[in-house]
Amino acid sequence: MTAQEVRLCALLLQEHFGEVVEKVGTHLLRSGALNLRALVKKSLCVLVQHGMCTFGPGRRGPAGPLEYRVSCERILYMLRYPRYIYTAKSLYGDTGELVMEEILQRGQMTMSNTVRTVADRLTQNMEDGQSTDYNDVVTAFSRLVETHFLQRFSEVPESPVGGKGGVQMKMVTWVQELQRKPNWSTQRWESRAVHTHLCECIYPQHQPLRCNSTPPALSPQACGDEGIYWQVNVERFHLHFRHQAIISAVASKLDQTSSEIVRTMLRMSEVTTPANAAYTQAVSANEIFRAVPPSYNISRPILDQYLTLLVDDPMEFVGKAGDSGGGMYVVNLHRALANLARATLESVVQERFGSRSARIFRLLLRKRHLEQKQVEDFAMIPAKEAKDMLYTLLSENLVQLQEIPKTPDHAPSRTFYLYTVNQLPTARLLLQNCYKAVGNLIDRRLFETKENKRHLEKSQRIEAILGSLQASGAEPAQLAEVEEMITAPERQQLEALRHHINKLDSSENQVDETIFLLESYIKSTSCSR
Amino acid sequence: MAGRGRGRTQFTFNVDSLGFGRGEALPASALVPSPLFPPLQFRPVPLPTGEEVDYMLALKQELRASSKILPSHIRPGRVKIDVDRYSDKYQSGEPKHSAVEWNPDWSRLPRELCIMGPKTRKAKARPPLKHKVKTTTAKELVQKLETLEKNEKNQSEGEEDEEKKKTGEEEEESGEGEDYDEEEFEEETDYIMSYFDNGEDFGGDSDDNMDEATY
Repeated sequence: MTAQEVRLCALLLQEHFGEVVEKVGTHLLRSGALNLRALVKKSLCVLVQHGMCTFGPGRRGPAGPLEYRVSCERILYMLRYPRYIYTAKSLYGDTGELVMEEILQRGQMTMSNTVRTVADRLTQNMEDGQSTDYNDVVTAFSRLVETHFLQRFSEVPESPVGGKGGVQMKMVTWVQELQRKPNWSTQRWESRAVHTHLCECIYPQHQPLRCNSTPPALSPQACGDEGIYWQVNVERFHLHFRHQAIISAVASKLDQTSSEIVRTMLRMSEVTTPANAAYTQAVSANEIFRAVPPSYNISRPILDQYLTLLVDDPMEFVGKAGDSGGGMYVVNLHRALANLARATLESVVQERFGSRSARIFRLLLRKRHLEQKQVEDFAMIPAKEAKDMLYTLLSENLVQLQEIPKTPDHAPSRTFYLYTVNQLPTARLLLQNCYKAVGNLIDRRLFETKENKRHLEKSQRIEAILGSLQASGAEPAQLAEVEEMITAPERQQLEALRHHINKLDSSENQVDETIFLLESYIKSTSCSR
Repeated sequence: MAGRGRGRTQFTFNVDSLGFGRGEALPASALVPSPLFPPLQFRPVPLPTGEEVDYMLALKQELRASSKILPSHIRPGRVKIDVDRYSDKYQSGEPKHSAVEWNPDWSRLPRELCIMGPKTRKAKARPPLKHKVKTTTAKELVQKLETLEKNEKNQSEGEEDEEKKKTGEEEEESGEGEDYDEEEFEEETDYIMSYFDNGEDFGGDSDDNMDEATY
């Protein structure tokens, strides 16, 4: 964990969980794993609840004190919560969005709690007299589980904390059973059905709670699923985002139809491809033809042409893996990620240093090692300017210098000096810059809020007064008088403040997209090794 | 000449690649550290706009606001401003959280983190103690009564009644002890908790359209 990451984590923790948790979290991050004596217990509970901290038997073995480990990655994912929620909304509607929001905010929840809270919220927002059917929420929840966006929270302190993923249940039988039950209009659930099937699906190490043949009568508050907690499966979301990035890249490079073809291929191989594979499972052209949505009206020979185009494209998104079944095609996931990362690097250089420096950078990426004279020639830039740009890039560490001595004494007049760009270290460097950028953005936002705290508080108080006046039915004259309590320059200042904070927030979201791309690329390279 | 040149004017590397000739002036050396915010050569690209971006912005701000209300947002303890005050002892340190109480599933967390444990044990220990006390006092009193009856049969009925009343009262008291308002009974003071209010909450809830300055 680098210093920038720690700083960013500290800021995020402070924002969402308060200063105490922030101090505890940063202390743990900085010092690795510690046992309990130095720490505040409650903040640990919060961190564990949200899945950011894990505990297990310490260095001295099971008899010694427990050790706690905070996962830096998991904290940094907090930046991405709005994106997760928005994806859930676009896939599963408002109900899905609310379910996701509840679980993200609480860390982990039981299904019954989630359903109840979400239904209440929906009812609040709806008109009077209507109420949400619990069935809708249950359906949304079960669909999220089926598509693996939600997963069981792996638990139990004594078991070794292995693997990030929870158990992904085959919830099909359970969901079917639930949907077969007729009386969903009642608020209480059919505890027996929930019981038996949850007991069936239960994780082997978990002690099933009341798995007797005759379930006891439950109070209306307790549904059958205590102890079964659900959390958000961030890996699945990341897979979704990666696919989205690839599809949009194909769409912008080629055209809409090719992106549809790639989307179909990804969808078909989603379930069968292991999580960090370099290539998707091969799908045959016949299958693609059958699976492409009919609205596109692609005939078989045209599909073949599109596939050939995709394979021949220098971006190498799609590759041909065989000839059976009309041609077996795979999507090259890792190569696609590498290309996307490279495009990001190039665009960063272009925006910071100008298009000619970007030309030099791209040249070095393609040609690997070049001498200074060769750079000037290939880039077609006059010598003096090329030198200047090269040195600027070198000072920013985006370009490295490689010495190749001709003689053993490394005499400078008899050594080749080659400029080179390594994609992976440069990506790591940019990633750290991104973390620093987000840290700066959050800092600035906190600073702006603190500066204008007095104004903000005043405006909040006045809004509260206005709201209560309106609720109690006051005259417009009174309302106008209250509104005049904020003077015009103050109003302008508040407007400017709001504008700044919106901009800073929006920038955070934007930088997070870059962070995601670079992180995925770096992770993919470490997997393939 | 060659010898002198070799020692002084000959550089060990190819000078042309440096970008300035031998005789030209070297670039001025910097006497201050580079500026903290160097002027940008190129303006950054404007942020993307659109419905999606606006929605995510709204989501982010809502998440931030609502996570401050949740019980997982832990505020640091109140820092003592000046002198210790007597009322501090009777004012609760933590602000009352929203309606959502935080009850994590303690079976999933290691036991050593369970700070609520001792408190609940205390609360639970009190009623059983009271029960025990009740039973012992009841038993003892009954025994006492019996012995008193046996030994002092000549005692007036009034005294016996008084004792019975006393036992009745004590039983009632210990029974009602749990029913007393926490405010009044908990800390064993003679004052109710609102006595210790230092007026912070007064006047903050006024809905009237009062002028700010009163003369």
